Amino acid sequence: MIEAPDLSLAALAPLLFVFGAACVGVLVEAFAPRDVRHPVQVAIALVGTLGGLVTSLLLAGERQVTAGGALAVDGPAVFLEATIAGLGALSLLLFAERSLDPARSAFVAAAAVPAGSPRDRELMTAPRVQTEVYPLATFAIGGMMLFVAANDLLVMFVALEVLSLPLYLISGLARRRRLLSQEAAVKYFLLGAFASAFFLYGLALVYGATGSIRLSAIREASAGEAGGGVLLVLGLALLVVGLLFKASVAPFHAWTPDVYQGAPTPVTAFMAACTKVAAFGAILRLLYVAFGTSEWTWRPLVYGIAIVSMVVGAVLGLTQTDLKRMLAYSSIAHAGFLLTGVLGYGSGPDGTGSGLGPTMFYLLAYGLTTIGAFAVLTLVRDGDGEATHLSQWAGLGRRSTLTAAVMALFLLALAGIPLTSGFTGKFAVFRAAIDDGAWPLVLVALLASAVAAFFYLRVIVLMYFSEPAVDGPTVGVPGLPTTLVLAVTVTATVVLGVVPGAVLDLAEGAARFVG
Amino acid sequence: MSDFPFLLAMIAVPAVGAAAVTALPKGREQTARQLSLGVSLVVLLLAVLATIAFDVGGERFQLTTSVSWIPDFGVDFALGVDGIALVMLLLIGVLVPVVVVASWREEPTGRRSMRAFWAWLLLLESLMVGVFAATDVFLFYVFFEAMLVPMYFLIGSFGGPRRQYAAVKFFLYSLVGGLVMLAAVIGLYVVSANELGEGTFAFDALRQVEIDPGVQKLLFLGFFVAFAIKAPLVPFHTWLPDSGAEAPIGGAVLLVGVLDKVGTFGFIRYCLPLFPDASRELAPYVLVLAVAGILYAALLAMGQSDMKRLVSYTSIAHFGFIALGIFAFTTEATTGAVLYMVNHGIATGLLFLVVGMLIARGGSRLVGDYGGVAAQAPLLAGVFLVAGLASLALPGTNSFVSEFLVLIGSFPTRPVFTVLATVGIVLAALYVLLLYQRTMHGPPRGVLLEPAPEAPAPTTGGGGGATAATATLEAPAAAPARLRVRDLSRRELAVAAPMVALVIALGVYPQPLIDLIEPAVAATMSDVGADPAGVSPEAPVEGTD
Repeated sequence: MIEAPDLSLAALAPLLFVFGAACVGVLVEAFAPRDVRHPVQVAIALVGTLGGLVTSLLLAGERQVTAGGALAVDGPAVFLEATIAGLGALSLLLFAERSLDPARSAFVAAAAVPAGSPRDRELMTAPRVQTEVYPLATFAIGGMMLFVAANDLLVMFVALEVLSLPLYLISGLARRRRLLSQEAAVKYFLLGAFASAFFLYGLALVYGATGSIRLSAIREASAGEAGGGVLLVLGLALLVVGLLFKASVAPFHAWTPDVYQGAPTPVTAFMAACTKVAAFGAILRLLYVAFGTSEWTWRPLVYGIAIVSMVVGAVLGLTQTDLKRMLAYSSIAHAGFLLTGVLGYGSGPDGTGSGLGPTMFYLLAYGLTTIGAFAVLTLVRDGDGEATHLSQWAGLGRRSTLTAAVMALFLLALAGIPLTSGFTGKFAVFRAAIDDGAWPLVLVALLASAVAAFFYLRVIVLMYFSEPAVDGPTVGVPGLPTTLVLAVTVTATVVLGVVPGAVLDLAEGAARFVG
Repeated sequence: MSDFPFLLAMIAVPAVGAAAVTALPKGREQTARQLSLGVSLVVLLLAVLATIAFDVGGERFQLTTSVSWIPDFGVDFALGVDGIALVMLLLIGVLVPVVVVASWREEPTGRRSMRAFWAWLLLLESLMVGVFAATDVFLFYVFFEAMLVPMYFLIGSFGGPRRQYAAVKFFLYSLVGGLVMLAAVIGLYVVSANELGEGTFAFDALRQVEIDPGVQKLLFLGFFVAFAIKAPLVPFHTWLPDSGAEAPIGGAVLLVGVLDKVGTFGFIRYCLPLFPDASRELAPYVLVLAVAGILYAALLAMGQSDMKRLVSYTSIAHFGFIALGIFAFTTEATTGAVLYMVNHGIATGLLFLVVGMLIARGGSRLVGDYGGVAAQAPLLAGVFLVAGLASLALPGTNSFVSEFLVLIGSFPTRPVFTVLATVGIVLAALYVLLLYQRTMHGPPRGVLLEPAPEAPAPTTGGGGGATAATATLEAPAAAPARLRVRDLSRRELAVAAPMVALVIALGVYPQPLIDLIEPAVAATMSDVGADPAGVSPEAPVEGTD
């Protein structure tokens, strides 16, 4: 006789909301007439993600394992689900912006039409807009939320694919510079497929070593085995590689600059913020829950990779001349800083790693800032679309004081200057790491921050202290969605820098894994 | 009266002023200036009132305010001043209005609005007050770093021709130092958490923590690097001449007058009391840097052709004296050092201002572009002379008292270093008098020469340091040369007069300031475990430069 697995629908409400919205979106795409599709799709996607946000906030304090033990609904899961849903909603708003591009959308009207063909040129000026991106992005958001809540490796793998496949697709949908965008999508897909394969292989090895795919069971099995076993360590390494790829941590970062540059900017914002949160959520859960007792196996690995990532991100960032690529390297460096927080494991009792709360706070702060920064990028345009080359930003402070000021704020936050959210986050993760004795790592991190500060400053220098070019880009007047995104992200960047107490409390209070 | 939150007000008033200036509609330049002057005078008034409310014989920290800020980090928004911080606040209070008046006619380069200049200036004042008034190490760090942003924009937007380079260099040097300090700040917190059970950033609590000597040395170095870059001591100094030369005059005055003092203030407030063992052990090395700075910077100052760079180098030499006084560990020397911090702000501030007035007339920063100005502009030359003499610490000027105290206080514990430092006094006389002689006396020459009658060209501009150095050196072949230079205007007199008065007054009667400073210094000396009578337990002579 087969027993039905226990299933708490209330605890799954955030996921149900988002996946539900995605499914409805697919139906709308099939049945609704073309001229009403756009507003309807935007509304459905927003309702889904905001519903996910609200329900996950309502779940705060919940601690249980449900769906037959496959899903964990605990502090970190709920906090990160809310973060992903919130950041996802902001990204969707950027998707929905229609007043910046003269072609009314950042997305190609018909992705299947070959780039440069007569039909493509025809569509360039047509009023038709793409609406499939909304259900696709909503599926990705759902996948991410599932990813951070997955309590066994197989569900984690399924979530990884659910979040990845739509991302591969929407990276290739840029309306302008289509070939670059398609190249980015293919590159992302190929490398992403490799990473998935790594993950799957690691899963198999871990299953072989421990006889279970349940995280808590792996924990028990690995604790029992004194040496950990070659299979287990190898499996762990492969799993971590798969996850680090998604988190764009060097040396698994090769795709990041190309994909960030090629993808439509709203999609880049979405990837930079949400994918990072999801990937780190999974890394935290895997390392803390499944391998929390065999910390020695992953600690040196993560330690080394954190250093590599910070150094690679900061140093290569210096040489970039394209703002989107620069922000990509910045995101690699930030991934290194985040790993510093992950290393702050161990000083707290019963799995409440002291690095967990700070890392989650950092993810939220970084996500908000980075979405804001990419939103500003969508505003600065010339006849050829977005003007992302550094030289085109010369004298922007003169052209549009407000845009330049907002960008300067985001850059200072990314550089970690006090009174911005970036500083609070950095301080929190560095404190956790030093607490755990990793002060050499923190010194490296601080030096990397100083190097990275140089390229953020360079943009500020260009915007404020340089004379504007004669045929420079113009600053578009954002419509309601982008304005809303900028307002939220600016406010959050300042508030989380000046009075971060409440949110820090929330993250700290949520920092307990179940299982 | 002493319940009034003076310090909070001194932070809030300029910050609100900066916001108000930003909010002014375009074109209201006059209003922006007046508002800035008003705000800075209010801060001066508050500083004076705070000094009156301060009880010299009372608690170490007074006028305290404390609000919990980030409870998760154990951070409080805690303000309070001892005598040392209080005199620095007075210095800020005096310098900012003077700078505002001195920058009154500052013209923006390009099409920038001057409103931004006033707003950044006021924001800088607010943060400068905060950095001296903070009694929470985290809060101190926040102000320390945040202070960079307004200064960065002041240099970068309103500076000289190489302002971009100077601004970035300034920011990166300070940021690197600050980040190293951040590591030490976090380390300090973790150490305090291990010792006290609960981590804290409160200065008073941290002072009680016994730190292992090895850890102490690391933490000391973390703080020291940040402060040595800020102050700047010699191997970390290269940013200052660039920033000092490229900053607008008002910015330069605040940069060397106040901002850099955060470094020496940090030595006294944080390095010595928190890490006494490390301070004692590492003091000889610091003294080597200090004395090297005195001599090296003085020599470099003599070689400068750019007046603003020259003044910047003299500052580096003076910071050597201050560091010598601090790390000699006697109450006398350290009191002298703190007094030096104030006096240097006034003397070098005045020197920068008067150099700025000269540059505003000639449009060139080069020493060689001026000569014989004294004959045409006696007031200008007079103020120049007073500023110069104050910089070389002539008896009767304010700097003499402090330099004398430093030297006489350091001699008992560190005779070799002190004797070497006195060589710096001779060098100071050389670079100041050479500068004065070349620009003010001798035959008229340079950019201020009256042009030939048929080709009149405006030679007097209000460009400040902002205009480029476009020196035309061809002199009229015939006819006795005459300079065309106007003497000090009433506005410029209003800038110079209070500063000259302070130079003389503090030179003749420094006692009130010493009374304010000494108890705080004595408390610091007892923290560091030095014998206040002046005899150090250590062997007095170690490696020299």
